[in-house]
Amino acid sequence: MSVAIKIDAVVKKHGESTTIPGLSLHIQEGEFFTLLGPSGCGKTTLLRMIAGFNTIEAGTISFNDDVINNRPPKDRNIGMVFQNYAVFPQMTVAKNVGFGLANGKVPKADAARRVDKVLDSVHITQLKDRLPANMSGGQQQRIALARAIVIEPAVLLMDEPLSNLDAKLRVEMRDVIKDIQHSVGITTVYVTHDQEEAMAVSDRIAVMNNGRVQHAGTPVNIYHRPANVFVADFIGKANFLERTLESVGDRVLLALAPDYRLDVTDLVHTVPPTGKVIVSLRPECLSVSSDGVGMSSAGDGMEAKIVDSAFLGSTTHYRGELATGEHIEFVDASDIETVMRRETKARLSVAVAKLNIFDAATEQSITVGVMNDAELD
Amino acid sequence: MWFFAAGLIFLIYIAIIIYPLVRLLGESFTGQAGASFSVQYFVQFFTTPYYARALWNSLLVTVSVTMLAIVIAFPLAYFMTTIRIRGKNTLQILVLISSMSPPFIGAYSWILLLGTNGVITNFAHNVLRIQVPTIYGFPGIVLVLTLQLVPLIFMYLMGAWRTIDVSLLEASESMGVTGVRRMYKIIGPLILPTILSGGLLVFMRALADFGTPMLIGQGFQTVPVLIYNSFVSEVGTNDGLAAAISVVVIVVTLIIFLVQKYFAGRKNFSMSALQPIQPKKAHGLKNIIGHAYVYGFIALAILPTAYVVYTAFVKTKFGVFVPGFSLDSFTTAFTTSSNAIVNTLVLGITALICVVIIAVFVAYVSVRRRNALTGTLDTLTMVPYIVPGLVIGIAFLLSFNRTPLLLTGTAVIMILALVMRRLPYTIRSSSAILYQISPSVEEASISLGASHLKTFFRVTIPMMGPGVISGGILTWVAIITELSATIFLYTVHTETLSISIYTEVIRGQYGVAAALSTILTVMTVLSLFIFLRINRDKEISI
Repeated sequence: MSVAIKIDAVVKKHGESTTIPGLSLHIQEGEFFTLLGPSGCGKTTLLRMIAGFNTIEAGTISFNDDVINNRPPKDRNIGMVFQNYAVFPQMTVAKNVGFGLANGKVPKADAARRVDKVLDSVHITQLKDRLPANMSGGQQQRIALARAIVIEPAVLLMDEPLSNLDAKLRVEMRDVIKDIQHSVGITTVYVTHDQEEAMAVSDRIAVMNNGRVQHAGTPVNIYHRPANVFVADFIGKANFLERTLESVGDRVLLALAPDYRLDVTDLVHTVPPTGKVIVSLRPECLSVSSDGVGMSSAGDGMEAKIVDSAFLGSTTHYRGELATGEHIEFVDASDIETVMRRETKARLSVAVAKLNIFDAATEQSITVGVMNDAELD
Repeated sequence: MWFFAAGLIFLIYIAIIIYPLVRLLGESFTGQAGASFSVQYFVQFFTTPYYARALWNSLLVTVSVTMLAIVIAFPLAYFMTTIRIRGKNTLQILVLISSMSPPFIGAYSWILLLGTNGVITNFAHNVLRIQVPTIYGFPGIVLVLTLQLVPLIFMYLMGAWRTIDVSLLEASESMGVTGVRRMYKIIGPLILPTILSGGLLVFMRALADFGTPMLIGQGFQTVPVLIYNSFVSEVGTNDGLAAAISVVVIVVTLIIFLVQKYFAGRKNFSMSALQPIQPKKAHGLKNIIGHAYVYGFIALAILPTAYVVYTAFVKTKFGVFVPGFSLDSFTTAFTTSSNAIVNTLVLGITALICVVIIAVFVAYVSVRRRNALTGTLDTLTMVPYIVPGLVIGIAFLLSFNRTPLLLTGTAVIMILALVMRRLPYTIRSSSAILYQISPSVEEASISLGASHLKTFFRVTIPMMGPGVISGGILTWVAIITELSATIFLYTVHTETLSISIYTEVIRGQYGVAAALSTILTVMTVLSLFIFLRINRDKEISI
């Protein structure tokens, strides 16, 4: 049955170079856990270590409390779904799906019943006796998914299962995967480089870079309270401004513009000695008022000159230039009347609660509310 | 388990590759009168003008043939891929057939056509009053080998052409580079690695070919002929000299191989075309030239085979053709050489099975389970590639001529020689198939609880199957047309069809030779049709 996975200080080396320099994670039983990161960050390497296709140079991986480092992949009771589907071309759909059951010594009648059931749940019963050649990517991936879950594995491992599908199918299959995972309740480790996909399906996400977990947490926390600059940049869009914090008595002030100062209260530490910080602002956290409307006055926003706009229907995206020369992107709900033209002056005000502030030296967040389950070494 | 099997294959390699070559090397460094170490044969080879001349001749022939083959094959591939040629599929099949028929049949046929008493020679002399230049010697060898080897480069080029995306041509055209300049600037560099590797293959074949210069060379001696003669000369065999010459040939081919590898490795592009270049209907002069060139070449290439088949049905008297048709040649062929046909099938099939099993296994372990041992296996595999067939024959004779390895004269030695000769090619094609199969399919099987062994037999082998079968058919054709590796090893009991043809030609029994050639050609063509049938949906490539 489903297991919890404990990854404890694992190391992966390829010859001389170390791709994963000691990584720890706890994945809960029944959880949909995603490894997210740019290519080369080590996410697939880690997944294949869990599967047993990569060796583990140091540290341990345990299913519940069994260390499985040296257990061959065929004895780990895993179900794996591959990026290129890896459907056996010479076997019919039913044979493909039943392949693992034949190895598991499940009685024939029982196996046939389970194959039928799983084919039904991924909606490919009608393809049962056909060969997979010439089937669409979506159909092949359904076969692969059915084949992986029919053996009722302890862990379901998926390596970028949707990245070879077109955009529409990707969303459709995403829902299929989520539904099945939910109904079976199986511990799932999912690898992707697509942050939107990760947010849509996961209970928790580990954002990885350079073989390290940067932030492990719920999609909401990772988006709103990223642990460091990398995570803030990788997930969603963010504007980064380098500023200096000033302590004035009990108050900590952040000067976004010379005439626009904010009181910052929710900081974990005291201000870094130098006061140098990086501020990240999501485009949707900025609200705008244009000069023409006339409500703007010094002190309630920073002045920006519009340099570019893109009307996207429900929202309009703008790129503005601050007095400092920095470019800043922001989003405004589309108005029937107007799209602000180039060269228009606007004032941007910021929702302080949605700000994230990072120490400029370490690039780590100093904002309260980061919930990072990654065990940093 | 894999380790054990790899070790077993390693031992087989030592027995049939390493040991014979070491024996050959040892033999070349002996001296007359039992001296244990001497370089006298090498000195003799390089200082005697007679021998040095043969080496020079060989290089002359080989370089000419390689150059000519590239020069002729390039326009052929260009026309076939850019112009819509009528009957393209049939033409491609004919090209394949002409490249697969043994070259010595071509040589023998050209003698019938252009020899001293050849049909064309006589026609030109009697009717047109023209003296046709002699076919014997250098021109004949070059003609036969070039016609034989152009198809090889042609098929390499066709394969390379298919990887060039049409957008590359369009991009260059949009920047104002078209026609010959585009050919030279874009296509040339892209297919250069292919030309180099095709050229290498042609070079090796031309250098090692023994049947052609033997039949048509007359006074023009090349190195393989020299090796043959010094080994079976009337004045007494000279093993040491033959071995020394063999070693020289291996060194030459090894150098060429390494040079080619160096250049091809530096300029290799990996491409795959989403939209390959499509042939277009050409008009006017271009269309006429294209068709004339393609049809002209293929007619010339297929002419010798066609003529041999024709003469098989011509009446003969004391081995000489006389007017009228009959099936006598076939009757004689079947009565005198029926054992050769049986031998060809029995030895061929046995060798084929061994080659395919070893090849699939070595390809698998060297691609999928790479380690020091399997890496060594993979490298050793390429050794026979640079060893000419004739040299394999000599090395085997020297190695297996005394107890406990007394195999001389047996069918086993023939089979081993055929296996060693074909292994590199079959392993290469099997590895290529494996590289195209994503390892994740096998991983999927393992993740579902199947063992490595079960995965190998249930998943890997079935997926490799079609590719291995079509590769196996080409191996089969090469085995049944093999002459040079077996010419030293056969006895009356193990004589094969190609050896019979050769000996009948030497004896002047042209009718029987033609009938046997026809039988061999029919076997070849049938095999190729099965090959084409399997690859029906794919473009032909070798």
